[in-house]
Amino acid sequence: MSTHAAGGEEHFAGSNKLFISVWVWLLALTGIEVYLGYKHLPVIYMLVILMGASIIKAALIVAYFMHLRFERLNLVLTIVPALVICICLMLLVFFPDSFRARELRYQGPVQPAAESH
Amino acid sequence: MATEAQAITGDWGGGVHPYRVGHRKLGMWLFIMSDSLTFSALLIGYAYVRASNVWPTPFKFYPSIVFSSIMTLVLLSSSLTMVMAVSASARGERSKVRMWIIATAVLGATFIVLHMIEWRHLIGEGLRPFALPKEWAEKWPGATPLFGATFFGITGMHMFHVFTGCIYLLVVAGRVNKLKHEDVEISGLYWHFVDLVWMFVFPMIYILSVDASK
Repeated sequence: MSTHAAGGEEHFAGSNKLFISVWVWLLALTGIEVYLGYKHLPVIYMLVILMGASIIKAALIVAYFMHLRFERLNLVLTIVPALVICICLMLLVFFPDSFRARELRYQGPVQPAAESH
Repeated sequence: MATEAQAITGDWGGGVHPYRVGHRKLGMWLFIMSDSLTFSALLIGYAYVRASNVWPTPFKFYPSIVFSSIMTLVLLSSSLTMVMAVSASARGERSKVRMWIIATAVLGATFIVLHMIEWRHLIGEGLRPFALPKEWAEKWPGATPLFGATFFGITGMHMFHVFTGCIYLLVVAGRVNKLKHEDVEISGLYWHFVDLVWMFVFPMIYILSVDASK
């Protein structure tokens, strides 16, 4: 239990047992990430799985370690949607262009054209 | 709930804390938002450069992946010790708060030392911000020399945050008797944010660049 100086109200902010279980989950997800690094999956699958795992880890850290789950909804709604929208806007600009740029990648030395007889 | 509804309605009357946090804690949250965007921009820029170039995947199991995995374990453990510090602070156990915060700073320093060893190894191989080692350039023909720029830029920026975090924590540990519980919570917010950023840097920089060849 913790007391917030600003509100002076007591509210649940997690037990040590809860924090240790979150820590174990974070370690387990990290272990899965390292294991996947050696599974020779296509890079796009890797990216999706790794980013999914990272977002879950980030959510666990923000919700439990940073106590956001125990804060008032006002604060959560001020922080999270604005951040998500800003990051999505950045992705919106860069993602389509990275696919275009993908076609411009170095493809190796140019093969000499086969001679016709 | 009626009480919650009344409290929210009451927020509009002024003279209350609409977020139920102090102004310093709100300030730290806003700083974390802006810093998240800085790291997002760096990582999105990295993804863009990587997608549009031939990218080397040079990180061998030892030392790079072993070191970075241990660094992840150290940083996650430091977050746990920080949570313990905040819990002790909520109970008013000042000496325990100091002990847990110092443990957190020591783990942070361990992270920096391990990272410096990892950097030293890569620099020894010939990696520079704008040049690849000769062997890498031969193994991945046409690979962009920007690998070093993104690697040192992103991990360096993160390491700088860990370094400033260690100093911040030591200051808080030294002044713990004069500070309020919320001040300890605020230092915890910063530290957990540093941990959070590594949760994206580690897979994007290290795991996606594993050298799986024998």
